[in-house]
Amino acid sequence: MPVRIQRDDFDAGAEIARLRASDPRIGAVAAFIGVARDVNEGEAVATLTLEHYPGMTERALEEICTQARQRWQVADVLVVHRIGELRPTDQIVLVVVTSSHRGEAFAACQFVMDYLKTEAPFWKKEATAAGARWVDARDSDSRARERWKETDNR
Amino acid sequence: MKLTVLYFARLREALQRDREVVDVPASVATVTDLRVWLVARGEPWSTAFTDVKRVRAAVDQTMAQDATTLRDGAEVAFFPPVTGG
Repeated sequence: MPVRIQRDDFDAGAEIARLRASDPRIGAVAAFIGVARDVNEGEAVATLTLEHYPGMTERALEEICTQARQRWQVADVLVVHRIGELRPTDQIVLVVVTSSHRGEAFAACQFVMDYLKTEAPFWKKEATAAGARWVDARDSDSRARERWKETDNR
Repeated sequence: MKLTVLYFARLREALQRDREVVDVPASVATVTDLRVWLVARGEPWSTAFTDVKRVRAAVDQTMAQDATTLRDGAEVAFFPPVTGG
């Protein structure tokens, strides 16, 4: 259940190939890539700097992957998240879920992202023409995570 | 009781430090108690903890609640809501 935090870019194709290699149970691969945009809250963003909490961030991501594996029959879950200074069009995060069937792969991939957004300790700071500013957490991200809790209660 | 307190993001900048070791009295039992104790020390804690709209906490690298209890030697972190991904 690999979780990696790194400054360097990642190659989604190579990561997926590695996960699929020699596992004939896999019939579905769902992947999500988060990318740095050039505009946020109506202002042009020149760079994005990502900070994390070494140790806790890895643990939090591993815990999210464990929860995904408990909820769905998945073969593997991979999370790669970058830190440091990024520019628009740079890749930020990769989530890959392999499974026998697509339904579980799609659901688990979305679950991991929704929890990562609200539970994994990362913080973004944007450089704009008006100066540097910390990105505020979005209520829509909290609602996206809450959906999974409602599913639990059914 | 000795605690290592870590600060991240906006809070780290406002406090101009990323960590400190504090020796707190026995009356400081929970995350809320620690926060109140830090703010009572005055600036820059009083302003930093007021200016950041919502402050979340972790104890020993696990997300904590206001009532989470502290142990001697614990690592307590304060930070704004997370914005990764």
